[in-house]
Amino acid sequence: MNVKLQSYLWIAQRASAAVLALCVCVHLATLIYAVQGGLSAAEILGRTRGNTGWFAFYTLFVLAVTVHAPIGLRSIFSEWLGWRAASRDVVLALFGASIAVMGMRAVFAVFA
Amino acid sequence: MSVVRVSVWKGAAKGAFQDFEVPRHPSQTVLDVVTYIQRALDPTLAYRFACRVGMCGSCAMMVNGVPRWTCRTHIDKVLENDSLRIEPLHNLPVIRDLVTDMTVFFDKWARARGRFHGRTNRRDEVARVRPDSENRKAADAGIECIGCGVCYSACEVVAWNPDYLGPAALNRAWTLAMDERDAANRERLRAVAGDAGCHACHTHLSCTERCPKQISPTAAIAGLKRAVAGAALRGEL
Repeated sequence: MNVKLQSYLWIAQRASAAVLALCVCVHLATLIYAVQGGLSAAEILGRTRGNTGWFAFYTLFVLAVTVHAPIGLRSIFSEWLGWRAASRDVVLALFGASIAVMGMRAVFAVFA
Repeated sequence: MSVVRVSVWKGAAKGAFQDFEVPRHPSQTVLDVVTYIQRALDPTLAYRFACRVGMCGSCAMMVNGVPRWTCRTHIDKVLENDSLRIEPLHNLPVIRDLVTDMTVFFDKWARARGRFHGRTNRRDEVARVRPDSENRKAADAGIECIGCGVCYSACEVVAWNPDYLGPAALNRAWTLAMDERDAANRERLRAVAGDAGCHACHTHLSCTERCPKQISPTAAIAGLKRAVAGAALRGEL
C-alpha cells in the first residue's frame, strides 16, 4: 500500500471518529430516553419503523464504524502482532464488509 | 564518605549488569559517575561522550529506566534508594556496554528528507525571513535538537514499529517544512507520510516529556500530519 493511500486511511479514520463522536452521543441519549418510560420492544419498533430520519442516522453510524474500526485494527495488528503483510489488509477489508452487512441488517430490521 | 551504588550494563545484546560503588560528591552528574567507573574501577567500560556541556548529544543513556543526557543530569535528581541503574539507550542496537549503534537513527533523518534544499545560489540575495512569521516561529521551536536520541529511545511506537522514522527525524523534517527557503517540501511530505511516518505517532508525548532541550516533537509531528493531510486532499502527495 503506498503512502498516499495510507494518508487517506488516516484522514478517513479521523473523519469517521468525528462522525462517531456525534453518533454515539445521540445514540446513548436516545437509548436513555427510550427506556425511561418502560417502553416494550414492540412499542419501540412501532415508533422506529418507517422513520426515514432515524434510518439515515443509523446508516451513517454503521458506515462510520465500517470505516473506523478496520483502520484502527490495522495499527493494532501491525504494532502488537507485527502483522504487516498484504493478508492483513484483505482480512480487514472482509472484517469491514461484515460490519457493514451486520450493521445494515440491524438498521433495516429496526427502521425500514 | 557516602557512596552511590551503580549497576552498569556490560556486554552487547547479551550481557549482564555489573555493580560498582562510586564516591558521592556535590553537583555530581551521571556522566561523572560513569567516567569515575571507567577511570578508577573498570577501564574496559565503553561509553560515549564529547562536550560534557549538553551541546553534542553523544552521552545519552538510560538512567533508572529513563533516557537522559547524562552530562547535564545531576544524580541527586535521579537516584532511587541511593542507587543508579545505567543502560544503553533503548530502541537502538548495542555495540558494547553503554555505546549504541546510532546508524539507523541518523539514516532515518535522511529518509525523512532532513536535509535543506535551497533554491538560490551564492550570487542571489540573502533571503529575508521574518523572525516573527508563524512558519519561522514553528521552525524555531524545533531547531535546537542536538540529535541525542533520547526521544527515539523513549518512543513506544519506535519499539513497536522498527520502520517508524521516530520523533527526531520527523521534528527535523517539520523545521525544514516550515523553512520558506526550502524547495523540497513536496518530496519531504511524501517521505514523512504513512505507516512509517508521522501517521504512526499515537501522541503518547514520551518524546516531548523526555527531550532534554524542551522541544516538542509531538507538536512537530502534529504539524506534519496536518500538512500531509492537506497535501493529500489537494492531490499533491
